[in-house]
Order: sequence, then C-alpha cells, then structure tokens
Amino acid sequence: MNFNYTEEQLALQDTLRRFIAKDYGFEHRRALAKAEPGFSREAWAQYADFGLLALPFSEDQGGLAGTPIDTMLVMEMVGRGLLLEPYLQTVVVAGSLIRDYGTATQQAELIPAVAGGELMMCLAHYEPEGRYDLHHVGTTAVRNANGWKISGHKCVVIGAPSADKFIVSARTSDGTRDEHGISLFVVDRGAPGLTLRSYPTQDGGRAAEVHLDHVQVGTDDLVGELNKGYVMVERAIDFGIAGLCAEAVGVMSALIEVTLEYLKTRKQFGAPLAKFQALQHRMADMAIATEQSRSMAILAAVGAKTDDAETRNRDITAAKAYIGQQARLVGQQAIQLHGGMGVTDELNVSHYFKRLTMICATFGDTDHHLGRFSATLMAA
Amino acid sequence: MDLDYTPEEQQFRAEVRDFIHSHLPKEISAKVHGGKRLAKEDFVRWQKILHHKGWGAPSWPRQFGGPGWNAVQQHIFDEECSDAGAPMQLPFGLKMVAPVIMTFGNKGQQDYFLPRIMDATDWWCQGYSEPGSGSDLASLKTRAERQGDHYVVNGQKTWNTLGQHADWIFCLVRTSTEGRQQEGISFLLIDMKTPGITVRPIIMLDGEHEINEVWFEDVKVPVENLIGQENKGWTYAKFLLGHERTGIAGVGRSKRELKKLKEIAHRQTAGGHSLMSDQRFRDRVAQVELELMALEITNLRVISSEHEKKAPGPEASILKIKGSEIQQMLTELQMQALGHYGLPYLHESLDATWEPDPMIGDYYPDYAGPLTGHYFNYRKTTIYGGSNEIQKNIICQMILGL
Ligand SMILES: Cc1cc2nc3c(=O)[nH]c(=O)nc-3n(C[C@H](O)[C@H](O)[C@H](O)COP(=O)(O)OP(=O)(O)OC[C@H]3O[C@@H](n4cnc5c(N)ncnc54)[C@H](O)[C@@H]3O)c2cc1C
Repeated sequence: MNFNYTEEQLALQDTLRRFIAKDYGFEHRRALAKAEPGFSREAWAQYADFGLLALPFSEDQGGLAGTPIDTMLVMEMVGRGLLLEPYLQTVVVAGSLIRDYGTATQQAELIPAVAGGELMMCLAHYEPEGRYDLHHVGTTAVRNANGWKISGHKCVVIGAPSADKFIVSARTSDGTRDEHGISLFVVDRGAPGLTLRSYPTQDGGRAAEVHLDHVQVGTDDLVGELNKGYVMVERAIDFGIAGLCAEAVGVMSALIEVTLEYLKTRKQFGAPLAKFQALQHRMADMAIATEQSRSMAILAAVGAKTDDAETRNRDITAAKAYIGQQARLVGQQAIQLHGGMGVTDELNVSHYFKRLTMICATFGDTDHHLGRFSATLMAA
Repeated sequence: MDLDYTPEEQQFRAEVRDFIHSHLPKEISAKVHGGKRLAKEDFVRWQKILHHKGWGAPSWPRQFGGPGWNAVQQHIFDEECSDAGAPMQLPFGLKMVAPVIMTFGNKGQQDYFLPRIMDATDWWCQGYSEPGSGSDLASLKTRAERQGDHYVVNGQKTWNTLGQHADWIFCLVRTSTEGRQQEGISFLLIDMKTPGITVRPIIMLDGEHEINEVWFEDVKVPVENLIGQENKGWTYAKFLLGHERTGIAGVGRSKRELKKLKEIAHRQTAGGHSLMSDQRFRDRVAQVELELMALEITNLRVISSEHEKKAPGPEASILKIKGSEIQQMLTELQMQALGHYGLPYLHESLDATWEPDPMIGDYYPDYAGPLTGHYFNYRKTTIYGGSNEIQKNIICQMILGL
C-alpha cells in the first residue's frame, strides 16, 4: 500500500493549478460559459500541449500511458477550476472506449486526433425513458448492405454540441431493456439524419438532445463486438464516474477554502463568523466529508483499472453514492454559511454548488448508485 | 383535544374553495402550478380580486377592514389558496408593515396606508438588511438625520425582495449613535419615487432577478413618515418579527408542492416502471410527508395559542426552521425526479408562453423547466427571514433557557 503521488503526478497537478490561476480565472470562466461554444478552444490547445489529451492512451497508440490516478488528479483540477472543456466526455469516456474496444483503424484514426486536440467526441447513450439504466436502449440499428441504419433519441448528451464524432449505442438484437444486443457505432456529426438540439446546462456546460433518423453508418463504424456493447458502455461510464468523483472532490476542496476564507473575514455581532462554534462544527463536518470523499475517489480511480466487472462496479458505485451524499452536504452548507451572498450569481460559491449538483445527477444519481450497491449485498 | 374541523369550519372551507374556483384566473393558476415566473400584474390582479370580495387582508382585524378570521380560518384560507394555485399574497405590505402601522402608527398613517395596502394600490418592500448587517441587524448604519420637517437618509440596503416593483419601502434607519445599538434605530416609511433612491438588481444563482440593492443618497423623507417615536424602531421591528406567524411555515404551499412531487414521480420512469414504484425514491417522498404532517399540527398549535392571546412566542422559530427545510426538500426531490432532465438550463421555460420545439418538447417533460432553478433558488429559505442558525439561537435562549 502506498498513498504517495509520484513527482510527475505532482508536477502535472501543479501545471494545471498554475494554468487555472493564470488563464482560467472565475470572471474569464463566467464569460466563456455565457458565450458559444461554452468553453475555450485555446484552453483545449493548452491541454494538448500539457499532454492531458494524450494522458490515458497507451504509448503505441500515441499516448502517455497515464494511469487512472493521473486522470483523477487532472479531474480534481477540472473541479477546482470549474473547467468547462469537454475533457471527461472526449478523453475519459469516449477516449477510453476507443482505446479499449476500437478497431485498429479506429484507434489509428481517432486517438492521435484526440490527443492532438483536433477531435472532440462524446458517448451518446442515455435515453429519456431509461433514466439511469445502462441496459435501456431503444435506439435501433438495422442491418443493410452498407452497414447499419440507426434511429432513435438520446437525451441530455453532455458535450454533444461541440462533438465532431459520437459513439452511439443502438440495439442490434433483443429487447429495449436487455443487456445483450446493444452495439456501439462511431457516427459523424455531419451524418445525414443526425440532428442536435443544443442547450446550456445548469452549471454553464453544454449538452444536446441527439436525434437519429435513419442515420447510415458503415460496417467499419462498429466499435468492438456486435451485441456486446453493454459491457463496453458500462466500463467507459465507470471511468467517467471515477472522473466525476475526482472532480467533485476538487469542487468540494475549493468550497472549503472559499467558505473558510469567508467565515474568517465576514463579521457579525462584532466577531468574525468563524468564531461561532455552530459554524465551526459545520465546517468540521464539511472537511470530514471532503476527506472521506477523497478516499472514495481514490478507491474509484484504482477500482476503475480492475478488469473484473463485479469488483469494479462495486467500488465505482460505492464511490458515486457516497460522494453524492457528501457533495450535497458540502455544497448546501457552503451556500448556507455565505448567507445572502451564497445565493447570488456574483460569487463563485453558487457556481461550485451548481456544478456539484449536476455531478450528482450525471451517470446515475446518488439513489441510483445506493440502490445498485445495496443490490450487491443480496448476492453475497 | 379535537383535531377535526367543526361543521362551521368545513362550511367555511367550502365557501372559500367555491370562490377561488370561480374567481382565480386560469392563466395565473397555470403559472403557479407550472412553476412559471409571475409578473407584478399577477400578484396585483389576484389581490384586487380578493379585496373586492372583502378577503384582501386575511390576517387583519375587522376594525381595519379585515375579515376578522381566527387562526384556523386563516389556515384554511391559506391552504385553499395554495392548493388552487393562487399567487402567494406577498407579506411585505399585508403582514409586515401593516401590523406595525396598526399598532404603532398614528391615525393619519393608518387611514392613508392601510386601505392602499389592501387594494394593492401600493406595492411594499422591506428595507432592513444591509451589506454589513444581516444576522446582526441591530448594527445597521443607514443614517437618517432630522432637518426641520424631514429626515435626510443616506446609506444602502440590500437583499431587498421585489423592490424593483415597489412604491414604498419600510426601513430601519439609524437616528442615533448613542447608547445601545438597538436604541438608536427608527422605523421610516419611504416613497420609492423620492429623488436619491437607486435600485440595482442582484441576480440570483438561478439567473432570476428577485432581489435588489437599494441606495439612498440625500433622500428627503417627511417626518410624518416616521412610525411611532424616534429611536424606538427596534421595538417595532421585533414586534413585527414575532407577529408574522400564520404564513411562516408555508404549510399550504408545501402541501401543493408535495402533491406535485407525487404527480411527477408517477409520470417519471425508473427501472421500466414509474419512479413512484422505486422504493428508495418513494421513501424520500414519504419522509417529507411525515415532516409536513407534523408541521401542520405544530403550526395549528402555535397559531391557535396566538389566537388565545398568548404573547407571540419563540415557537415561530420552529415553524421557520421546519417550514424552510421542508420547502427545500420538496424542490430537491422534484429536481431529483427529473433524472437527466434536471440538467438543461432552459431559462426561457419560465415564461408562461414558452412553447418547446418538438426536438425537445417530445421528450422533455412539460413540468421540468423550472425545477432545478427552484431547487437552487430555495436555498434562500434557510437564509432569509432570520437564518436557521439564528432561529436555533433563539430556541436555545428563549425556549431552552441556555
Ligand atoms: C432571497 C433573499 C431575500 C431577502 N429579502 C430581504 C428583504 O426583502 N428585506 C430585507 O431586509 N432582507 C432580506 N433578505 C436578507 C436576509 O434577511 C439576510 O440574508 C439574513 O438576515 C442573513 O444575513 P446575511 O445574508 O448578511 O448573512 P450573515 O449574517 O453574514 O450570515 C452568514 C452565515 O452565518 C450564520 N450566522 C450569523 N451569525 C451567527 C451566529 N451568531 N451563530 C451562528 N451562525 C451565525 C448565518 O446563519 C449564515 O449561515 C433576503 C435574503 C435573501 C437571501
């Protein structure tokens, strides 16, 4: 057992910390979130320079062979800086799908483009009726001479408005709620029949409804094995969840810092708020929640590497459920301790809170994962 | 002990319900049920309708034109109005400044202001908090200097709810810096059209404009607009804080929102069934309902004891704490019920006239638009009106004797 980070890992985090301080201040971020495309292309190019976009890919794929712990450290900074670029969607989720399951041609074509910052991708999977169930896929892919024709509707696809390519899940066999019979396809943004209805999300991000109406894809657009898409999606989303957990920890530590600072400076009744024991204890609870969450985020990052799906799911789902609960506490209390200032758009605290809230609702909310975890107890 | 409504009370409820049913404009109740943004005109229109019926000021005694209802009747009225989707009767005029004017104002002030509050001629807002004085209100600094037959007011108020629509503001101002802080405060009524007043919007975390900064620069206020005596304003303000009881728990509105939450949970799907059949979620709904059941009775107990003319007590703090927590839980669960559709920020969906394009409207539930924003916005309920921490301090001191 070893809980130390390597020199390289610390240096990576340091680079990002300095980047955020210098080039991603809160007011700049606010302006980015307000205008299209909702993030910074310059920042994206910087991430490519830093090697972030090549991080999780193997060396022979042109990557840096980073570990999930590296990704965790990056995602923590994404949280601290409230970075808006679709890193999680492109690199962590869609990237890992191509890395782990893509054909040689897909890997050769897509991974260098992602690593170089020229290509953005995202997974279009969830559907309106399915809530958070990964096996619910009603979108269909019907075989024809040239490949498949895909029809269906994907909801709240985060990162879709800027994606150049989608990885779309569709049913090639069995019924809407079966694990077997789901297949994954690479679909071009410009493919005839694919339409987007884009909108901002509550945390300043961008998402879209993705509608597919007889979208033709070729035989070589299939990712991995036919009908075996469920495991692939599950694994990619596990990576995504591990990333979100780390991001949440980044947001929570930032909230602790800003709230502590606020309590030390804001005076009422002739004393800094920090002198009131009721508030001190609240801060202590928030600090405990954040440390416990950090532990769970580490568990999730390490767990994400595991090939054994059962162990992996259990760790990941535990982390998402637990961090969801703690993030709720830290977010709500950070607002509360700021008083009226906490509910303004002006301070960053409400923006951190909104991001935390959205993290909780992404890739399965707290209750979904608590249920999934508690179901594993039945098996034991 | 009897928890049943008497036949007269049931009769009263039926009468109230009938009236609301036939007089509450459908376009207004649709907004309330849909969580849409209400315009000033919506509040004013409903207030005028109630006034016309003689119900404009449910909590006022007869001598000032109120219906003279007891606490239980007021509770029934609130419940029926909320359930039907009537806009809330804003408290600033009716429940905040009016009781102060009735109790400490002079005849001239009563004759002029009270009827105008009741018929919605004047829109009132509250000017207590300042940037440096929130929980510690008594430290307020906005100055009023007596110069002949008027005061000259300088300073800044903040967090002022809906002051952008207001005709009048009631303010706590400092008229003396001698002695205890509390002893140098006066209660002034100020016409918002007076030169030197500037209202600046504060945008809240949900993107909405419902609060403001109000700046005063050499604002001349006639001395007739002083309530009671100079330097006694703190006493009047404390009277006011203890007085506003019936509405504080928000039981009627929470009942309506609970009903809505259940409807949403039935319409959302999870695991191939309705979300309501998901036991984990249903238990959360059940838990809020338990809290609300307890609060309803606590509320009735507190307001009935007030009716028996016991002094307003610190029990109001219990109502404030529980009422606000329940409102927050309800908004949180409504958002949570949406799943993925809690994420989109479709600010335009707050407009009653919003028609979603089919790309989104075919999938995005028609009730979804405002819910996440409400959850964010409702963080305010544990902060305003005396934060919940301050309410707990009051309970410790006044009820527990700590
Ligand atoms: C949406 C909204 C609408 C409002 N509308 C109005 C209005 O119309 N008119 C008006 O005058 N005011 C209004 N207010 C102001 C409101 O009353 C104040 O926000 C409130 O009194 C808290 O003051 P503050 O914001 O300065 O927070 P602070 O007093 O700075 O408090 C910050 C935090 O410290 C805690 N705290 C402070 N003192 C103590 C203590 N002694 N012990 C333990 N904890 C403590 C508080 O509970 C809070 O959590 C509104 C506020 C909001 C958010």
